[in-house]
Amino acid sequence: MAVIQRFKQWLFRLGYDEQLPIVLTQRRIFILPTRSGLLFSVVLCVMLIGAINYNLSLGHALVFLLAGLGLVAMVHTFRNLVALRLAPGRVEPVFAGEVAHFNVILENEHRQARRALELAFSDHDGVTLDIPPSTQATAAIPCPAPVRGYLDPGRITLSTRYPLGLFNAWSYPHPRLSGLVYPRPVETPLPPFSAASYLGQRHGDSGQEDFTGLRIRQLNDSPRHIAWKAVARDIENRPLLIKQFAGGAAEELWLDMALTPTEGGLETQLSVLAGWVIAAEQLHARYGLRLPGLELAPGQGDAHRTTCLEALALYG
Amino acid sequence: MAKRPAKHVVELEHAAIPWLLAVAVATAAPHAQHLPLWISLLVACVLLWRSWLWQQNTHLPGRWPLALLVMTGVAGIGWQFHTLFGRDAGVALLVFFMAFKPMEMKTRRDAMVVVMLGFFLLLTHYFYSQSIPTGLWLLASTTLLAATLIRLHGGNQPVSTIFRYAGLLLAQAIPFMVIVFLLFPRISGPLWGLPQDAYSGLTGLSDKMSPGSLNNLIQSGAIAFRVQFSGDLPEKSQLYWRGPVLNDYDGQTWRVNASALPRPIQPPTIESQGKTYSYVMTLEPHNQRWLLALDLPVALPSDSAIAPTFETRAKDPLVSRARYAFTSTIDYVANRHENPDQLRRALHLPPEINPRSRELANTWRLKFESPEQISNAALLMFRQEAYFYTLRPPLLGQQVIDDFLFNTRRGFCEHFASAYVFLMRAAGVPARVVTGYQGGEINPVDGYLTVRQSDAHAWAEIWLADKGWIRVDPTAAVAPSRIELGIEAALPAGDPLPALVRIDTDWLRRLRNRWEAGNNAWNQWVLGYNPARQREVLSRLGLHEPDWLNMTAVLASLCGFALLIVTALTLYRRNTLTPAQRAWHRFCRKLNPLGIVRAEWEGPLAFSKRVARERPELARVAAEAAGHFADLHYGTGQPVQLHRLRECTRSLTDLLKLRTTSRRNPV
Repeated sequence: MAVIQRFKQWLFRLGYDEQLPIVLTQRRIFILPTRSGLLFSVVLCVMLIGAINYNLSLGHALVFLLAGLGLVAMVHTFRNLVALRLAPGRVEPVFAGEVAHFNVILENEHRQARRALELAFSDHDGVTLDIPPSTQATAAIPCPAPVRGYLDPGRITLSTRYPLGLFNAWSYPHPRLSGLVYPRPVETPLPPFSAASYLGQRHGDSGQEDFTGLRIRQLNDSPRHIAWKAVARDIENRPLLIKQFAGGAAEELWLDMALTPTEGGLETQLSVLAGWVIAAEQLHARYGLRLPGLELAPGQGDAHRTTCLEALALYG
Repeated sequence: MAKRPAKHVVELEHAAIPWLLAVAVATAAPHAQHLPLWISLLVACVLLWRSWLWQQNTHLPGRWPLALLVMTGVAGIGWQFHTLFGRDAGVALLVFFMAFKPMEMKTRRDAMVVVMLGFFLLLTHYFYSQSIPTGLWLLASTTLLAATLIRLHGGNQPVSTIFRYAGLLLAQAIPFMVIVFLLFPRISGPLWGLPQDAYSGLTGLSDKMSPGSLNNLIQSGAIAFRVQFSGDLPEKSQLYWRGPVLNDYDGQTWRVNASALPRPIQPPTIESQGKTYSYVMTLEPHNQRWLLALDLPVALPSDSAIAPTFETRAKDPLVSRARYAFTSTIDYVANRHENPDQLRRALHLPPEINPRSRELANTWRLKFESPEQISNAALLMFRQEAYFYTLRPPLLGQQVIDDFLFNTRRGFCEHFASAYVFLMRAAGVPARVVTGYQGGEINPVDGYLTVRQSDAHAWAEIWLADKGWIRVDPTAAVAPSRIELGIEAALPAGDPLPALVRIDTDWLRRLRNRWEAGNNAWNQWVLGYNPARQREVLSRLGLHEPDWLNMTAVLASLCGFALLIVTALTLYRRNTLTPAQRAWHRFCRKLNPLGIVRAEWEGPLAFSKRVARERPELARVAAEAAGHFADLHYGTGQPVQLHRLRECTRSLTDLLKLRTTSRRNPV
């Protein structure tokens, strides 16, 4: 077994590709006939025997033409991959149980298009894409993210059967890829707001409590704050208006691991916290996160939410 | 092996289905020529049904109704051909499956099965025809099949792009085809016993002759064989191509005498009296053993033998086009000492038929002394009395010869030959009917003599004690032009003849000659490429008597070489510089003689600044050129700037010239 392992190590160059972009040289491309290719060769053998048996000179020619076609197809399948440049792109964080999409930037320097490239992580479903001549394309390769933390999808399997489907050429580019996976959120009621007031807190800014007036809606406003009644009065001409509130800024929400039920274990606690973060953000509340050994000061907004979820993802 | 991605089942795209239906039509349609009508109709209906289902985008029929239909169809084919094996039944089954497979086509793998079936069906067309049009049709079909594979694996692209790519792939495959075709060790003959129906439907002379049998053959413009003489060739009137010799007569039909002679016979003795002619003949297959050598052969190809009646026979029936080299003489003395049994056969007549003819023969026997005089009397009768040469003779009664000689007096070669031999035998002169071909036509394009089925002919031979067997052609007495000019000259204008034989217009004849010369080259070099031809070609290429090991080595290395070239052509990346880059590089190269060489990484503006530092007098033009190039390459340059950039190169050249001249002639 050790010998096979070492052979595979040598053949497939297991391990990360540190140099970017990864260029698919012929040393990195493997090619084998597909099942259809094997069927094709069997069909050709039977045809050749038929041609010999019936003395069909043109039959010989046909068989040899098709065999030549197979050989040429092998070269073209190889060409579809060779000299392709590949570099990792960004990965959007996902919640555990979702599918992460790893963006990979592929650059085709050829003057011919590359077609039907399939990219996949091990035996998960992959994506198929074409790259027009002398352009770049981005492939979002899906990878299921079952658990929180950093997700290492492993090496990419980049394969193609174009043009004739008789050969499968593939390569194992292995850039350092990692995606962040947040804990799977669980919806539970939020803990009570604490009345603690902080010094230096500005007042009057976008609180939760007292209605102060209307303003024109901006894109990042929650639809729940739209003043539907006001809008309905003159729907043709009036832009969407937002109810503004003030006050309550002094009230903060502490999402503390100590407040979570402990019976489900650490992961459930983290899931509950993740659910709280999402809910608190939706309420436009100011919230802080308190984990053993880590405390994130209360805040609000997407950046704060991301920081909190990251902390949860990487906790422990 | 490392773990490969699991094979996910790929659904067949709806838009790819018309391609597969086109494959089914292209590969199955030509078979309609010879399949029973009901199979063709059924196949057409199933394919139309499938097209309709595609157009409506509805569900395919369920498995059970389909299985029932297929089973019924297979049973029908079995009933039609009385077997499911053999060539015709096998082809019918393949066509049938080709029509039904699209009915249950859901995944890409199913589609691949259809394409593979299509490849196989392509081969079966060659059972029926290997002509140039068939070859072209099949090349087109192969392109369609390759295009379908590209469509299946490459997704949606413009149809023209797909076909262009398929054409490119096939063009690159052609060198392999040529190399392997030439060098693949040819094995002749079947690997196992062929089905009974393998060679049905080949036409040619038969081993018997009854009134009208030759007539059918003469209606055909098909080519019987082609001859290439190595020197000059005999006169047309001497071109008698000997086929089966007919000895047995039953009052209606002349037959080859199949029964063996009671005494062992010596091989025939043929003494050549004059010039000999060497030639190679390419015979179309006729499923018989005779070889149609020029009367009479003195040297035979190795795998043939000469019969006691001088016709040459191959070892096996001719089921494929074959080449034979002969040497013949037209001036001969043959079998002066004939076997008495053979002579007895040449005198035998069934008793009591054709009494009037017998009576006539008897008067001659009494009147003349020598057989030659008797023969001349018969020929004189044909020539001087009112006998006519026509391909539409009236029907003859029970006493065939009497009726012809004394009533109808109209006939063609088989009537005259038959009547003449009857008269001779009745008069006691050993005589027999010889069938074969007479004449032929030189194709000026390639110099081959073409002999058609319409040149089929029957003549007679009589045996004289001092001269052996001599040829007598009674038709020549009636219609000399038949022998000297060919059948179209001998016939009255109203007689039916194949359109191709009766061609008056010059350009049409030239066109036909060209077409047939092309066909002949095709037959000689493509279809007739057999072990012998292969040896010939290989020795011309410098490979004398190669064994299979050598041949395999040459084959493999040539294929490897071709693959290398194809790979290089495919992977070679042409210079992908834009016109702007090319113009800019040209500008920069002009400065090389001054010692200013642009580094690979140097940007245009940096380079122009360096030029300005080193050669202030060139600063302006360099800055302008660099500005244009930067706009064109990195910004939104206008097309006119490319011209400006090129002009900069020109003015730079002028400036440099000025510098050198001014340096040479200091003022």
